[in-house]
Amino acid sequence: MDAVGPLSSEGLVQLLTHTGEPVENETFSPYAAHLSADDLRAFWRDMTVLRAFDLEATSLQRQGELGLWVQSLGQEGAQIGSGHALREPDFVFPSYREHGVALTRDVDLVDVLKIFRGLQHGAWNPKDHGFHLYTLVIGSHALHATGYAMALDRDGLVASGDPDRDGAAVCYFGDGATSQGDVSEALTFASVYNAPVVFFVQNNQFAISEPATRQSKVPLADRGKGFGIPTVRVDGNDVIACHAVTQWAVRHARSGGGPVFIEAFTYRMGAHTTSDDPSRYRSKAQESYWAERDPISRLEAYLTNRGELSAEFRAEVEAEAKALCERARTAVRSWEREPLLTMFDDVYALPHATVEAERAWFERYEASFADGETAAEGKAH
Amino acid sequence: MTERMTMAGAINAGLRAAMERDPKVLLMGEDIGALGGVFRVTDGLHKDFGDSRVMDSPLAESGIVGTAIGMAMRDYRSVIEIQFDGFIFPAYDQITTQLAKMHYRSRGAITLPIVIRVPFAGGIGAVEHHSESPEALFAHTAGLRLVSPATPQDAYDLIQQAIACPDPVMFFEPKARYWDKGEVDIARVKAQLDQPDGEALATAEMAKARIAREGADVTLVAYGPTVRLALQAAEVAREEGTDVEVIDLRSISPLDSDTVVNSAKRTGRVVVVHEAPTAFGSGAELSARVTEQAFFHLHAPVLRVGGFHTPYPGAKFEHDYLPSLDRVLDAVDRVMAH
Ligand SMILES: Cc1ncc(C[n+]2csc(CCOP(=O)(O)OP(=O)(O)O)c2C)c(N)n1
Repeated sequence: MDAVGPLSSEGLVQLLTHTGEPVENETFSPYAAHLSADDLRAFWRDMTVLRAFDLEATSLQRQGELGLWVQSLGQEGAQIGSGHALREPDFVFPSYREHGVALTRDVDLVDVLKIFRGLQHGAWNPKDHGFHLYTLVIGSHALHATGYAMALDRDGLVASGDPDRDGAAVCYFGDGATSQGDVSEALTFASVYNAPVVFFVQNNQFAISEPATRQSKVPLADRGKGFGIPTVRVDGNDVIACHAVTQWAVRHARSGGGPVFIEAFTYRMGAHTTSDDPSRYRSKAQESYWAERDPISRLEAYLTNRGELSAEFRAEVEAEAKALCERARTAVRSWEREPLLTMFDDVYALPHATVEAERAWFERYEASFADGETAAEGKAH
Repeated sequence: MTERMTMAGAINAGLRAAMERDPKVLLMGEDIGALGGVFRVTDGLHKDFGDSRVMDSPLAESGIVGTAIGMAMRDYRSVIEIQFDGFIFPAYDQITTQLAKMHYRSRGAITLPIVIRVPFAGGIGAVEHHSESPEALFAHTAGLRLVSPATPQDAYDLIQQAIACPDPVMFFEPKARYWDKGEVDIARVKAQLDQPDGEALATAEMAKARIAREGADVTLVAYGPTVRLALQAAEVAREEGTDVEVIDLRSISPLDSDTVVNSAKRTGRVVVVHEAPTAFGSGAELSARVTEQAFFHLHAPVLRVGGFHTPYPGAKFEHDYLPSLDRVLDAVDRVMAH
């Protein structure tokens, strides 16, 4: 590992070593103190189910059922740990790889596949889950998260005196995204308006083929400093540390402390997406180094050492994962495309003459095949 | 001297030729180095030209275009790769407010010979923001030139002509055609650039439309991804007794109006086919020009076949959204019915 820069593991908050030994941290251990064995088992379950689902989606893509799949493989600790630190009043702004966070926000993972099957661009109602739609234009949602946080503040939902009511916006993006202008602008707005927003960067070390060193010379967490935003670097493969650090950050934001910038140092164990070929830009040695730091086996070791992971529980989780995968496979194959004319729905909130005219033309045109009439005249398309 | 290649291979060969010719030609973009670009258009160039000529850039489109502008002020000719059409927008400000206007503002003191390569248009089953046709937005901006190849030969020629051009050129690559193969004459463009006024010759030639197929009854105008479709439509129409001429524009800005208008005068019927939404699109511009310049020769209104005024839909809908063979033929029938 590099000694300095965004690929160095210097200064990471860790509460569990990669072999599953607990570590004390004066600042952050208290934020994990409330976690019971049941909570930790739930973390392990979510990570395990997420991984199984992720692999299932990958094979569905290979079988031609999905156009593309973006794996979360290797990032389960960062996503499940941070996601479980959030509550109802919080609102998440994900990029496109945050299936684990989606799971913690009760989004049905099977629905997520609708996007990758090309049926729709968003497959859940963001307002039902406090979980915004996926964002494909890198970094653009960092500003939306910040604006949302500014509005929470205006609405009296920050430091309201009743901590249960208070909320924060949490924005997930990758190391590559930190280079985008929108992200810098978001940090500026968040800082000067003291917005309750947590920027959660998963430094999975790559933006497609480019190492994080192509985006920064310093650890990404340092990005926050120049904007006057408190920053933390956390071991992203340590689900407990990710949970504790996020817990601290959202409390800080909800209580009026302003934004926080978290860098979760992790590794994208899979390809960027199913159309990528990582052998062109990374080594087997690097991959095996990180395989030893797998976020799931780390917690597994910890729980097993303490006799907290019974065979029954494992079997239960395995069955749950299997059921989810089966449901995904069946659902994906059964989904019918919505009627063609829905293509014209929801372009505007109220009728728009151009769209209405084009819809009408297209309807007549389609009907002309059915009943043998010729299509109407004079219109474009 | 011809070689058979794909369009992606032809662009790659054209880039290589331009880099060998001029040490000030640089490539900049995301993932263009070791990976060779997400479509592998720059494959092998990093290995042969190294880090300083093939620059994997930070993930920042505005940054890529903006720094290329600064470098151009010291005579570097950057060829930028924007990974997908939908990601041109973070750079929109730099392209439209700076790149397009610097020559004008400096009263000709500054030229910015930058090429922006944009894999564009749909038909490959991609996710959101990966299939768009934003060319009209840029064609509407004075100071930019826009071209789009439809064949490997044009890909090879146009990329070199674009690099030789002293103005900024947006190079729209029809990504669904990257794997189409064709014969490429690799000597012609070199001979042109070797002339003393090679830059001017190349720039002028880049702006010329090509009659891809001659015909007497209807003129089909297309560019980039829809040229192949127009040619298919012409074949089918032939069987039905309609003789269709197909024009491959090659250049969207400037438009080779003469070629289009002369054809319109001969056939009296024009249909424009592009993937972008028709409302306020380049088909509207073509229609207006033909109407203005060939009104008394027309037997029918100029029709447009294109996308709808909706966001580009999910992949399962794209084949209905995009102009299809049937829709082109339907428009041909409609102009013939007049
Ligand atoms: C504005 C923009 N430019 C380019 C792309 C193409 N692209 C998609 S993902 C990606 C890499 C993103 O890397 P990072 O931010 O580190 O996130 P990760 O994928 O590693 O989670 C790129 C370049 C895009 N989606 N948006």
